[in-house]
Amino acid sequence: MTRKRQRLYFLLLGMSALGIAVTLVLMALKQDVIYFYSPSQLTEFKVPANKRIRIGGLVEVGSVAKEGAITRFRVVDKQSGIDVAFTGLLPDLFREGQGVVAEGKLGADGGFAAAEVLAKHDENYKPKEVADALKKSGEWQREEGPAR
Amino acid sequence: MHRFANPARFLRMANAVLPYAAAAAAALLAAGLWFALIASPPDYQQKDSVRIMYIHVPSAWMGMVCYAAMALFSAMALVWKHPLADLLARATAPVGAAFTFICLVTGALWGKPMWGTWWAWDARLTSMLILFFLYLGHMALANAFDDPARGHKAAAILALVGAVNLPVIKFSVDWWNTLHQPASVAKMGGPSIDPSMLVPLLLMAAGFKAYWLMVLILRARAEIAAAKVHTIRMAQVHAAGQGE
Repeated sequence: MTRKRQRLYFLLLGMSALGIAVTLVLMALKQDVIYFYSPSQLTEFKVPANKRIRIGGLVEVGSVAKEGAITRFRVVDKQSGIDVAFTGLLPDLFREGQGVVAEGKLGADGGFAAAEVLAKHDENYKPKEVADALKKSGEWQREEGPAR
Repeated sequence: MHRFANPARFLRMANAVLPYAAAAAAALLAAGLWFALIASPPDYQQKDSVRIMYIHVPSAWMGMVCYAAMALFSAMALVWKHPLADLLARATAPVGAAFTFICLVTGALWGKPMWGTWWAWDARLTSMLILFFLYLGHMALANAFDDPARGHKAAAILALVGAVNLPVIKFSVDWWNTLHQPASVAKMGGPSIDPSMLVPLLLMAAGFKAYWLMVLILRARAEIAAAKVHTIRMAQVHAAGQGE
C-alpha cells in the first residue's frame, strides 16, 4: 500500500467515525435540538408545568377568539392539540390554519400561557393568482402539520 | 484530476475560463435581478418580502457549496499533497464566509417581518451560524503558524471535520422541529415554488456560482504569483548570503 493510499483510507475512516459520533450525539440531544414541542410531543417528552418552553403547530381553524387584549386559540398537530392564551401583538402572518410557535409556560389546567408568538410559514411559494385559482378548483391543500 | 495539479497548466486553463466566468456572472446576475425585483409576482402570503429569498437562498447554497468544495480541496491536499488543492481551499474560504454572512443577515431581515423575530436558536439557523464560524476558524488557523505549511495542514483538517455540519444544515429542517420552513427546491416530489419564482431563484444561484468561479480564479492567480515572489526573494537572499 502506498503512502497516498494509506492517507486516503485513514481519512475516510476518520470521517466515518466522526460522522457516526456526531449522529449519536445529535440523536441523544433530540429534545434539546428541537426548537419547539408539537402538542403530541408535550406528552411524549412529559414536559413539566412552569418550565419556560416553546410549542408549535397549526392554529386550529375557527379557534381564534379575542377577549379584550387576550387572544385565545388552539394549536394542533395531527394527533393532539393545546389551548393557548396570549396577550400582545401577533405577527402579520398569524391567522387560522397558519403555523405558529409560542413561547411560554404550561398551566396547571393543561392550557398554555404564551409570552411570545412567532409565525411559521410553509415552503410553498406561489403568486396570489395561482393560489386563488387552486382554491377555486378545490386543489388547495392547507399546509401540512408541523414536523413530527 | 492530477494533471491539473500543475500550476502552469492550471493557470493556462484558468486564464482561458476567466472572461467567460466574468461574462456569465454579469449576464446571469443582471437577468436574475431583473426577474427577482421586477418581473416576478409577489407571494400570496408573504407579498413582496418574498424577494429577499432571491438573495437569501442562493447565498445559503453558496455557503454550503463553497464549504463542500473547500473540504474536497482540503482532502486532496492532505491525501495527495497537491499544493494547488491547498491553495484553492484557502482561496474559497473567504468567498464562502462572505456568502454565509449575507445569508445570515438577509435571513434576519426576512425573519423579522415574517416570523416576528430577527433570530431564533433553531437547528437550521444555529447550524448555519456554526458554518460561518467554521469559515472564520479555517481562515484564522491557516495563518496562525510561523511555518505556513503547518497552518495550512491544520486548516485542512478543520475543513474536513467541519464538513459533518453540511448534512446537519441540509436536513435540520426535516430531523427536528424548527422555526425555519422545510426545503422548497431540493426535495422529494419536486420544487414547491411556482415556476415564475423558481426561474429568478435559479438564475441568481447560477450567477452566484459563476461569480465564485471568477473570484476563485482571481484569488488563485494572486496566490500563485505571491508564492513565486516568495521563491524569488528566498533565492535572492540565499544568493546574497553565498556571495559574502
